[in-house]
This record gives sequence, C-alpha cells and structure tokens, in this order.
Amino acid sequence: MLVIDIVSGLLLLAGSILGLSGAWGLLKFPDFYARVHAASITDTLCAACFVAALMLQASFSLVAVKLLMVLLLLWLTSPTSGHALVKAAHRSGLRAVTWTPPADGGRS
Amino acid sequence: MHLPLLGVGLLVFWLLLSGYWTNPLLLTLGLLSIALTLWIVARISRQYRFGSPWYLCRRLPSYLAWLLLEVYKANISVLKNIWFPRRHPIAPAVRRFPIRAKSRIGQTIFANSITLTPGTVSFDVAEGEVTVHAVEEGAIAELMDGDMNDRVAALEEAPQ
Amino acid sequence: MTAMLAVATIALLAVMLMALIRALSGPTVFDRILAVNMFGTKTVLLIAVYGFLTGRPDFLDLSIFYALINFIGVIAVLKFVERVGENDEAEKS
Repeated sequence: MLVIDIVSGLLLLAGSILGLSGAWGLLKFPDFYARVHAASITDTLCAACFVAALMLQASFSLVAVKLLMVLLLLWLTSPTSGHALVKAAHRSGLRAVTWTPPADGGRS
Repeated sequence: MHLPLLGVGLLVFWLLLSGYWTNPLLLTLGLLSIALTLWIVARISRQYRFGSPWYLCRRLPSYLAWLLLEVYKANISVLKNIWFPRRHPIAPAVRRFPIRAKSRIGQTIFANSITLTPGTVSFDVAEGEVTVHAVEEGAIAELMDGDMNDRVAALEEAPQ
Repeated sequence: MTAMLAVATIALLAVMLMALIRALSGPTVFDRILAVNMFGTKTVLLIAVYGFLTGRPDFLDLSIFYALINFIGVIAVLKFVERVGENDEAEKS
C-alpha cells in the first residue's frame, strides 16, 4: 500500500513538472510550429503520468477503466487536432521559421 | 461489413461508461444511442471506403508498445530543448519524404504516429508523401530512414 | 497522498494560466487555438485529479465528456478559421 502511494505521488510530481515544462516551452519557443511541439509534451507524457498515478490509487475498478479511456481519448484526439491545426496554419500561409546551420558551426 | 463488431464494441464501451447494468430505461436509451451511431457510421462508410482494418490487429500491440517507448524518448529530447536552450538549441526544419506504407490506413497510422511523438508533426499527406516539421534536423532524418516507416509498412503486410 | 494531489492541482492550474497567457498574447490566431486546446486537455486532467482530491471519482465522467467536447470544439474552430482564410484570399484576388 505504501509503495503504491509513493509511486503514485512520484508520478503526480513527474506529471506536474512535465506540464509546467510544456507550458514554459509554449510561452518561450519562437514561432507557432515550435510551440506545437511544446504543447504536445503536455498532451502525451504529462497526461500519461497523471492518469497512471490516479489509476494506481483507483486499483482495479470501473474507475480505472474510465481513467484508461480518458488517456486513450486524449492520445487519439491530440494528433488529430495537432495535425488539423498545423495544416490549417500552413494553408493560411503561416511560414515556419527554419534554421540552417551557419558556416562557423555555432549560434551567436 | 464490420458493423456488428463495432456494435459489440460500442455496447461494451457504453456498459463500462454507464455502470448501471440493471436499469431497463437506461439500457434502452443506451441501445438506442448505439443504433443511432451504427446508422451514422453505415452512412459514412458508404461514402468513404476505408477498407477493413482488422488484419492490422495482429501486429498492432507490438507496434503500440514500441510507439510508447518512442514517445517517451521524444518527450525527453524536447524537454532538453526547453530546459537547456543553450546546449540543445532548437533548429526547426521542414522536409517532404515518401511513406513506405501503401494503404490509406497505413499512411494514416504513420502520419498520426509522427504527430503523436513530440518534436515532429505532420503537415500534409498526399500522393504517398508526408511533409514533416521537426524541432531538430536529426528527428526528421530518423523518421526518413528510421524504424517507424518500416514498422508501419510491416503492419499492413497481409497475414498468410 | 492528499498533499501530492493538491500539488498536482496547483501545478495544473499554473499550466492553464500559462496557456491562457499564450492565448491572450497570440500573436497568430493559430497560437491562440493551440493554447486553448492545451487549456482544454489540462482541464480534463484537472477535473480527474480534483475528483480524486475530493474523493469523488464520478467526476471522471465529466472529464471524458469534456475531452470529447474539447476535441470537437477545436476541429470546428479550425474549420471556421480555414474557411474565413479562404474567403479572405478570394477577396484579395
């Protein structure tokens, strides 16, 4: 029981850190297309950590099944909405900032 | 037609979500909603043929397990970009490259897997090619010659 | 355990606040939609965690419902934005 609580707590902590990092990236990254990647962290691993933590506390019950459904739903819909978002942005003419390595090999 | 199978799946989904397995009124409403969903799906599948995806099921579990690991690794790599921008600067790149999977469902799985992994996102799929935006050049190179393309192509190989 | 759940709730609220800042500051409409989408998925997690914090796991139904609504909402807004963009281009030419 105690072990489960500790693992669950650690997973909650990991999820929180991942979520905050993703949000920080969302604020800090230079252009829209880079921000999509930051947001995608919070949709994948962060959500998985939270759901896994809650499933450990729910043990085997209908609640655990529902939690799994939440995760599957998020993992199925997030690529679809992400793809639709990027495609719409691309169609409307928003150009991605791409970076080619400079000759001196370092970014000043 | 795989509508009956979908019906059974929806029934299980509904029973798990509701949790009320004895109330006749709720059961009737559930069955009605399943019938409505099946009718809509039948209407859609008359217009858009997607082929039967069931032959994918045999190899799908091992692919999903591999994809989970891949998503984990990609998360760590993008986290490095966020936390240590000096040591791991982002270098966005856009590339277009061919998909090895031939069927529509295989190409859909590939494009969705690309978008699910942080660090890469698929713009557009057309004529067997996919356009990808990535935070790092290396991530795209990995997609082009890497495992994911081959593994998705292997998914759709018909069972003997 | 309750303490960890409370920490997670606060962290999720902070994430949502940061997403809101991005949604307000833009600069493009797609940044805003991306931020709102992230706000929505974090709401799903927040409802689930809050349900466990208060000992009412039935909140999960709301969370599943919210995940569906959020997805459909984002797709609908994108369709709208895409159409408006096309109309703008048509007017320009």
